[in-house]
Amino acid sequence: MTEMVLGPQILSVRGLYKAFDERQVLAGVDLEVYRGQIVALIGSSGSGKSTLLRCINLIEQVSDGQIFLNDEDISDPRVNQDQVRRQVGLVFQAYNLFAHLSILQNITLALLKVQKLSKDQANETAMALLERIGLADKAHSYPDKISGGQQQRAAIIRAVALNPALLLLDEVTSALDPELVGEVLELIRELKAQGTSIVMATHELSFARDVADWVVFLDGGVVVEEGPAAEFFGNPQQPRTREFLTRLNSI
Amino acid sequence: MVSPVELERRAYRRGKQNRSTLISVASTVLFAVVVWLSLVGSPGWSRVQTSFFDWPTLVGSFPAVLDGLWLNLKVLVFASIGVLIFGLILALIRTLRSPIFTPLRLLVGGYVDLFRGMPLIIVLYLVGFGIPGLRLEWLGRVPAEVLGTVALILTYSAYVAEVFRAGIEAVHPSQRLAARSLGLTYAQSMRLVVLPQALRKVAPPLMNDFVSLQKDVGLISVLGAVDAVRAAQIEVSHFANFTPYLVAGLCFVVLAIPTVRLTDWISRRLASREQVGGVL
Ligand SMILES: Nc1ncnc2c1ncn2[C@@H]1O[C@H](COP(=O)(O)OP(=O)(O)OP(=O)(O)O)[C@@H](O)[C@H]1O
Ligand SMILES: [Mg+2]
Repeated sequence: MTEMVLGPQILSVRGLYKAFDERQVLAGVDLEVYRGQIVALIGSSGSGKSTLLRCINLIEQVSDGQIFLNDEDISDPRVNQDQVRRQVGLVFQAYNLFAHLSILQNITLALLKVQKLSKDQANETAMALLERIGLADKAHSYPDKISGGQQQRAAIIRAVALNPALLLLDEVTSALDPELVGEVLELIRELKAQGTSIVMATHELSFARDVADWVVFLDGGVVVEEGPAAEFFGNPQQPRTREFLTRLNSI
Repeated sequence: MVSPVELERRAYRRGKQNRSTLISVASTVLFAVVVWLSLVGSPGWSRVQTSFFDWPTLVGSFPAVLDGLWLNLKVLVFASIGVLIFGLILALIRTLRSPIFTPLRLLVGGYVDLFRGMPLIIVLYLVGFGIPGLRLEWLGRVPAEVLGTVALILTYSAYVAEVFRAGIEAVHPSQRLAARSLGLTYAQSMRLVVLPQALRKVAPPLMNDFVSLQKDVGLISVLGAVDAVRAAQIEVSHFANFTPYLVAGLCFVVLAIPTVRLTDWISRRLASREQVGGVL
């Protein structure tokens, strides 16, 4: 169960440092993601999960260290950042969808303007995805007219539509009630079945245990412990990890 | 401590920064030279030079113009305060929702439409010559600069009220609801929650209106107030040379620069805050 055949490496973060002014948030983080893998990033609030994802998406400039996407050093200032972001999808906690566009338009926007698909092709792609998540009948609704869980699924689909090499999900379920969380997690499970590579910051430990191949525990700016989900949750090695898991489980 | 890769990256970024600074300096200088040469090369340049850029006239007219500018400054201060207060009141009335206030709201709406449509110079004439024309005994003789200030307040309040209103309406309704659910009254939630956020949102366009007001104070000269523009006019006929106008114009520019810079700075700061925003 713990042994699995690894595909080619998609992402490799090496010795990543990130400081905001004097505050050192990431202090030498290493992270590896292979094709088709789901990596869960856990850690207490403020441990730098979002910061790490933002660095990978090049929203934040790293203070030191390197990030390789498909063996290309994307932390190099010479790379075309737009090009990189086209390969990396990022979905936030909330406020993802553009309020002035319908669900369908939200999804087709980048297909039309970035991937330069024809209108028919874009609509077809978008509708197929909406069909899959059961939102086809909401295609022409505006974001404020659908539920939070539906919005979040549409936001994930919008990122998936661009066929990113890597999908980053930052606590996509934390603004949702448990029932809606289920909808979103179901979608992520489906994406996993299709071989999408995902790094997700999450507080849903049970979900991480279920769906993640690899779990990374971030604390004090470094990776304290990591491993296959079953091992990580079943038999944590570090005292700090145990403390964190017990505290979360007791709630 | 810092890895060689990072050091190299920093060096590259610094180099790129320097290069773009150099390019912008070079292109600015080039542009200035081209403009200067085509100006000096024009056939009427020497005539324009003697009638608009005459040094003795400049020096001779400067004290009088500066005296006038002092009046502009005073008018500006009073007009700004008046515009802020009156504009805010108008905006607050327009955002009242209760049906009892419908007539008041309509009245304010009409006022705003009227004064935004009316050219400032007409308002100046109407107020400046109309009010004294009423011959109100209790009012006595009102100085031209006071009437000018009133006209400026009337016109600019209409603009500023609309800016304020846009800001108030741009604050998400949930903010107001959150404030009300904490037990704050309507007025309290307006003052403590909505207005501070609204102000932050509209600071750049608001400042823009005040920059505009800053130069429009020069228009009170049409009522006969001896401000910088009127003083320049007097000096022009005295020296039989147009240089004093240039002096007055530059005085206004110098007066405006701090506000303009401040506006830029505030806009930039607000913009950068919006960008980091609470997205993640
Ligand atoms: N732009 C910024 N400027 C300064 N400090 C920041 C900035 N962004 C994040 N931080 C700080 O970095 C630390 C890590 O923040 P981050 O958002 O990555 O945490 P997180 O692990 O995602 O937490 P959460 O689980 O609450 O989302 C926090 O202490 C935060 O205050
Ligand atoms: Mg976060």
